Amino acid sequence: MNADKIHALEAQAHEISWFEATARQRLRWFVDAGSFEEFLGPAAREMSPHLPDFNLPEAFDDGMIVGRAKLDSKPVLIAAQEGQFMGGAFGEVHGAKLTGLLRGARDAKGPHVVILFDTGGVRLQEANVGELAIAEIMRAVLEARAAGVKVVGLIGGRAGCFGGGSLVAACCSALAISEQGRIGISGPEVIETNRGVEEFDSKDRALVWRTMGGKHRRLLGGVELFVGASIQDFRDAARSLLAQAPSLNLDVLKAEQARLEDRLERFGSCADGLDVWKALGAKDPAVIPGMAADAFIHLADTIRRPRYDAR
Amino acid sequence: METLSYRHKAARRAAGSKPLAIVGVVTSGNLEVLVERLLPDLECQVEIATSAHGFGDLWQAVVADFVERHSPGGLKFSINDGGARPDTVALRLAQAAHLIEEDSL
Repeated sequence: MNADKIHALEAQAHEISWFEATARQRLRWFVDAGSFEEFLGPAAREMSPHLPDFNLPEAFDDGMIVGRAKLDSKPVLIAAQEGQFMGGAFGEVHGAKLTGLLRGARDAKGPHVVILFDTGGVRLQEANVGELAIAEIMRAVLEARAAGVKVVGLIGGRAGCFGGGSLVAACCSALAISEQGRIGISGPEVIETNRGVEEFDSKDRALVWRTMGGKHRRLLGGVELFVGASIQDFRDAARSLLAQAPSLNLDVLKAEQARLEDRLERFGSCADGLDVWKALGAKDPAVIPGMAADAFIHLADTIRRPRYDAR
Repeated sequence: METLSYRHKAARRAAGSKPLAIVGVVTSGNLEVLVERLLPDLECQVEIATSAHGFGDLWQAVVADFVERHSPGGLKFSINDGGARPDTVALRLAQAAHLIEEDSL
């Protein structure tokens, strides 16, 4: 590939929205131009054995793209979920592809792994194998980290990062999220359905975002970096996290336990994201949802510096 | 699910040397097209798995129109369809043909 073409691709990465892009589009502009090499690609037709039972259409890659690539000329393993196919949900094949990638990283003690999350959680049509897949992936993430591999998660897709996907994200070495990114065990509609509208009004978008959205997750300390909306912003974040994320050891686990205890103590009585932001020292919490990315990043770095000693 | 298959003669071999390309996503009103360079130079095949039953005539017309316009000789197209409209199908087929003819990237 010629230099002009590489330059053109790099320029496009600044303009293309992570949120709007498909998983394959994200990959194309996220890694060094032309460096992605897919494992078990669409031509292998490794598709869900379960969806035909439900008379549902399959996807050639089962919504999970895995492979190796280069980021700044350094090798990385990479996995991307397609949030538009079945809500990016984990089925048997979808999950097994990520498990395999992580076990490969564990066995070879590298390279580092980047996961582009975009998922509503376990695929309901494959409930049992999907749940098993989540358990296997969590184990594989931790085993890879114990072997010295960093596992970095990026969240900013249409489907967010919910259910089992949020459990996997919580096992990662470090996370980055955009304004549109959301993380939660249960999605807004699930909470409302089970606990009633007084517990959580899923139609109240502002409430949803200040409970599960990127800005709140950053301020609460659940993710290390808040990023802008372009593919380049995520690329820069991944590069930074791969450099700074801790390896998994007893000190990091103890620091994580202390971090969570401190969080519970400081914010356990807060009823709303706004209360948390106020307790953190934000002078005017009400303006935070409307802040542009750069201004928010500055504020977040002032009232809560990202830390890399706990995970 | 309904499966359909169409085979056509093409006027020319598709340009380029990429072995495969994929475009689109399987979701409501959308489809994915996997195109592979697997066939003799002047043949073209389109295989479809669709969740919308009973639209064989429309598929046949869209595929015949696509082959006539783009002459995708040597290419096999495999489609997973989530109930896309004919204009979306025509667009994705054209994108797939364009992608596999593009320089390697």
